[in-house]
Amino acid sequence: MDITFLLNGETVRLTDVDPTRSALDWLRETRGLNGTKEGCNEGDCGACTVVVTDEGGIRALNACLLFLPQLHGKALRTVEALGEAGQMHPVQTAMVDHHGSQCGFCTPGIVASLVAGHAQGRTDHDDVLSGNLCRCTGYVSIIRAAQAAEDGEVPDWVEADALAVEAMAGNAAQIDSADALAAWYLANPDGVLIAGATDVGLWVTKQLRDLRKVAFLGGCADLKGAEIGRDTIRFGAMTNMNDVQAVLAIHHPSYADMVRRYASEQIRNAATIGGNIANGSPIGDNPPALIALGATLHLRRGDERRSMPIEDFFVAYGKQDRREGEFVEAVTLPKSAPALRCYKLSKRFDQDISAVCGCFNVSVENGLVTAARIAFGGMAATPKRAASVEAALVGKPWNAATVTAALAGFAADYAPISDMRASAAYRQITARNMLSRYFADLSGQAVNVREVHA
Amino acid sequence: MSVRQPLPHDSAPMQVQGAARYIDDIPTPANTLHLAFGLSTVARGRITAMDLSAVRAAPGVVAVMTADDLDHAADCSPSAHDEPLLSDGSVHYVGQPVFLVAATSHLAARKAARLGKIDYAEETPILTIEAALEANSRFEDGPRIWTNGDIEAAISAAPCQLSGRLEMGGQEHFYLEGQIALVFPQENGDVLVHSSTQHPTEIQHKVAHALDIPMHGVRVETRRMGGGFGGKESQGNALAIACAIIATRTGRPAKMRYDRDDDMVITGKRHDFRIDYRVGHDEQGRILGVDFIHYTRAGWAQDLTLPVADRAMLHSDNAYAIPAMRITSHRLKTNMQSATAYRGFGGPQGMLGIERVLDHVAHAVGRDPLEVRRANYYADAVDEPRGAGTGHRISGAHSPAAPAAQATHYGMPVKDFCLHAMTERLSAQAGYAERRAAVEAWNAANPILKRGLSVTPVKFGISFTLTFLNQAGALVHVYQDGSIALNHGGTEMGQGLFLKVAQVAASIFGVDISAVRITASDTAKVPNTSATAASSGSDLNGMAVAAACETIRDRIAEIIAGAAHVSVEDVVFEDGRVRAGQLDISFAEAAARTYQARVSLSATGFYRTPDLSWDRIEGRGRPFYYFAYGVAMTEVVVDTLTGENRILRTDIIHDTGNPLNPAIDKGQVEGAYVQGAGWLTMEELVWDDKGRLRTHAPSTYKIPACSDRPEVFNVDLWNQPNREATIMRSKAVGEPPFMLGISALMALSDAVAACGVAYPDLHAPATPERLLAAIGKVRG
Repeated sequence: MDITFLLNGETVRLTDVDPTRSALDWLRETRGLNGTKEGCNEGDCGACTVVVTDEGGIRALNACLLFLPQLHGKALRTVEALGEAGQMHPVQTAMVDHHGSQCGFCTPGIVASLVAGHAQGRTDHDDVLSGNLCRCTGYVSIIRAAQAAEDGEVPDWVEADALAVEAMAGNAAQIDSADALAAWYLANPDGVLIAGATDVGLWVTKQLRDLRKVAFLGGCADLKGAEIGRDTIRFGAMTNMNDVQAVLAIHHPSYADMVRRYASEQIRNAATIGGNIANGSPIGDNPPALIALGATLHLRRGDERRSMPIEDFFVAYGKQDRREGEFVEAVTLPKSAPALRCYKLSKRFDQDISAVCGCFNVSVENGLVTAARIAFGGMAATPKRAASVEAALVGKPWNAATVTAALAGFAADYAPISDMRASAAYRQITARNMLSRYFADLSGQAVNVREVHA
Repeated sequence: MSVRQPLPHDSAPMQVQGAARYIDDIPTPANTLHLAFGLSTVARGRITAMDLSAVRAAPGVVAVMTADDLDHAADCSPSAHDEPLLSDGSVHYVGQPVFLVAATSHLAARKAARLGKIDYAEETPILTIEAALEANSRFEDGPRIWTNGDIEAAISAAPCQLSGRLEMGGQEHFYLEGQIALVFPQENGDVLVHSSTQHPTEIQHKVAHALDIPMHGVRVETRRMGGGFGGKESQGNALAIACAIIATRTGRPAKMRYDRDDDMVITGKRHDFRIDYRVGHDEQGRILGVDFIHYTRAGWAQDLTLPVADRAMLHSDNAYAIPAMRITSHRLKTNMQSATAYRGFGGPQGMLGIERVLDHVAHAVGRDPLEVRRANYYADAVDEPRGAGTGHRISGAHSPAAPAAQATHYGMPVKDFCLHAMTERLSAQAGYAERRAAVEAWNAANPILKRGLSVTPVKFGISFTLTFLNQAGALVHVYQDGSIALNHGGTEMGQGLFLKVAQVAASIFGVDISAVRITASDTAKVPNTSATAASSGSDLNGMAVAAACETIRDRIAEIIAGAAHVSVEDVVFEDGRVRAGQLDISFAEAAARTYQARVSLSATGFYRTPDLSWDRIEGRGRPFYYFAYGVAMTEVVVDTLTGENRILRTDIIHDTGNPLNPAIDKGQVEGAYVQGAGWLTMEELVWDDKGRLRTHAPSTYKIPACSDRPEVFNVDLWNQPNREATIMRSKAVGEPPFMLGISALMALSDAVAACGVAYPDLHAPATPERLLAAIGKVRG
């Protein structure tokens, strides 16, 4: 595979690259750019964060989960090249002045995340840094630095990189459209599709698998973005989760708030909604929300297309209703669902896989429940609806007694497992309690610890 | 003067630009070998067969070794010689190194290491406290027991009694830079070792032993670590030894760095503890006697368990004068990673035991926990600092007069206590009384979300309890251009030790900090060093460097005094100048003149902590030079439906004496608090019933993230001189503030208590799951 990209402002052309070589290993081992660090090699610590500019703009990515071909046509900046004309970037200066580095090993990644955020004009520093772990500082000094740098000047390279990316737009990717993907996958049904590489990346870095036949979907522009219709929103499968979040923030604020805690800034910049669905994980956070919304999944195989209610896609653990050579093309969801609430429960708020993710969408007319869609992640081998609970609600008056009576349905609907994230008993009781929370939430009570302040 | 200035970390400009060099960044020759261990997959048993043919045949593999292939027994233990580098045929935990692979790349070594086929005769592993007690599986011949006073009489005569149990988890260090070593073979069989270690001399010692050469054949260099926290006190030995063996055998440089999962599976963590307690107290909550039983799962090898468990016992009083105490400490040998040093070194565990008792007693007597704590505090000291110094009073006017001889349960007089004054100031400036009322009002109005508030103190003993370790050396050169090169026995892991010590040197020579170059720790420059541990780095090395600097300064002063015809005492070093009588020259010129006078501008310095004596078997003596103090107030909110929680606000006053660098010290306090709160809230280590660690990566083991820090976080330093004659009257800061995190756990307990009438009985880490269980219990 041959690729072209910009590294710290200079054009790099690589031929015959190993398609699953990580940008991190290449930077450190081949280019001798050792500023970018390996902390975990699984996208959880952020020490390897780099700044990448593409047609979607500038953003922070984890270099450990970034395969070299994903850089094709993009501009990559490492910590060594964030300043300009011999001057440090305002973020770097502030990090020194405000004592934001101690051992310094997380620092290049912290700086890269903050520089990307700075270029985007962000001031939500906690979110910008949600994928960067620091064990020394307690983060306080880093946040002081981030605030101090807010008004600093954006260096010229930010625009230069964007212009260079535009100039490289003619460099077609191997697979540059949904049609090309459909043809390739039909011919190579045993191939591995790589969207954001936030999961497949781990097959390589942790399971040490050799992936022989891979297709990178980053060039499929027609699979990216949201179409906002009169009553529906259609997300192309390759829409990344931060872009999904931006649309949800307008139409489904509770879902958006959950996605804000979905993985981290860097992972959301890479991970796609289609990948999260196709992966079929019982602890993926999009499926329960989409099930509660009654979303429709669109699949494609060659030129054949079919659609299904999304809950039907999840057949069993590790098994989805997907034929050989068939891929997720898009998902459609209703534009309005004011009663939708999404509750993500984990040991840590940011960047933690859910122990339980409960999504509720109950319609009430004239005091009576007319429809109920309730779905959970983390409670079964697949994302799954709470059929008994729903049945116990529909047709009943929406009140505490109905809710209490419906709680018994959970035992029929779910038999969760115990693992390192939570025990089965805790999952069962919190799933029930989430229904109680939902009732309190809709009736205006304070139910969110993240909205309480000193 | 450089000292006391809030200078930024000396490495910070390099760190923020990716230019600070860590071991994995050192350029290596193309023929460098990369190492990985093949690991045991069972927790206990004997190896019956080992087929490594696939490992040897894997691409890039150059050498594969088992214990049988070693020329000399290679041992990694810092204490009891019980950690063979590679399994001797028996295996003792899941993750124990069994064989060693050397390959042409890091990835090739990792891939090959997974190809070993090993058959085991498995035995039932000892994984729990109960199983270890039943099997009498322990270190030392029995429990250590220290008794102060007649404990049974004290408890039975007390107006009230209670008892309870507290379980607390261990903690993964999660230094961002994993364990790593790089060895370059030298002539004559010698080796140059780059090791990410807090203890270069230990690396030197263990490598020399494994190679069967004298220590002078091994030079260890450590420029900086990407975090240590105790996890690099002994846990780097295996990597350095493995690299040294391969490097000397092959004549090629050898590098070993653990992948994060390997790191977490192989290396030791903080000791987890269970503490059972029986307490006698009065109706006001005054504690009259406590009987503690400590149980710790120490893992498969002794490592540093004995001093860790001792330090837990030593901190069982924390800030409280308790008339009678007994502590029985069981150090249990289990088939898990060998628990090791971690910031606080057992102190946090022991301290949490007594803080739990205070919390429980306050609940039992129905008084405000802060009032009960203060009623049990030692008395504030009122005497003056000793030795040459400033003569500041240690405490304010509110402190009750100290009784003639207040002493700890191990008989050490407490002469520097200042927590009454500190607590009073904190309560006032953070508004304890008003916020206590506000929390109660909130809890009365909100059925689902409950708030909690707590204040907890810290009194932490400073010195290695193994007394001979309390020594340090330094080597200082002044060059003829006035630039200064500084070396000492301490290591830099981000804590700012190098900068603090450089500030000391700059102050003594009266020069700007930029004149001082801090060089990597190097066993060839300063020998026989102690680990940078026990918070002692700046205390010990600052003094040693000061001694060396003063020697050189006095030599310069003599030359300049002679030239100016004044007495030596009249030579002044300040602002980069040396002034004597009419003479006013730059420091550089003074250095040049001294050189031209054929006087040495190089000196060593040495320091040993005075006045220590300690009998660890009897549990009597003065193990510590002094105590460091702190107090924290934390407010939290808890969701009673899920157990989710947040720290809303934290206020801290912490005592670092006269700080050498207030910004560095404040950074230590902030970071330590968050790390301590992480230990007690979200950081959970989970082993399954086969002894496999299930939380071996940041995907499953959650340290605090950015948004977990307290939303409002106020940290002040106490800024009073150390009573003892430490370097510039400063105090150690590395470990003590870690234990301020206990206030987060106690605030959560307070919030849970608001849900019912029973005592919360909250265990740590207080994950959402444990909180929900505790809420369920108080509701009955």
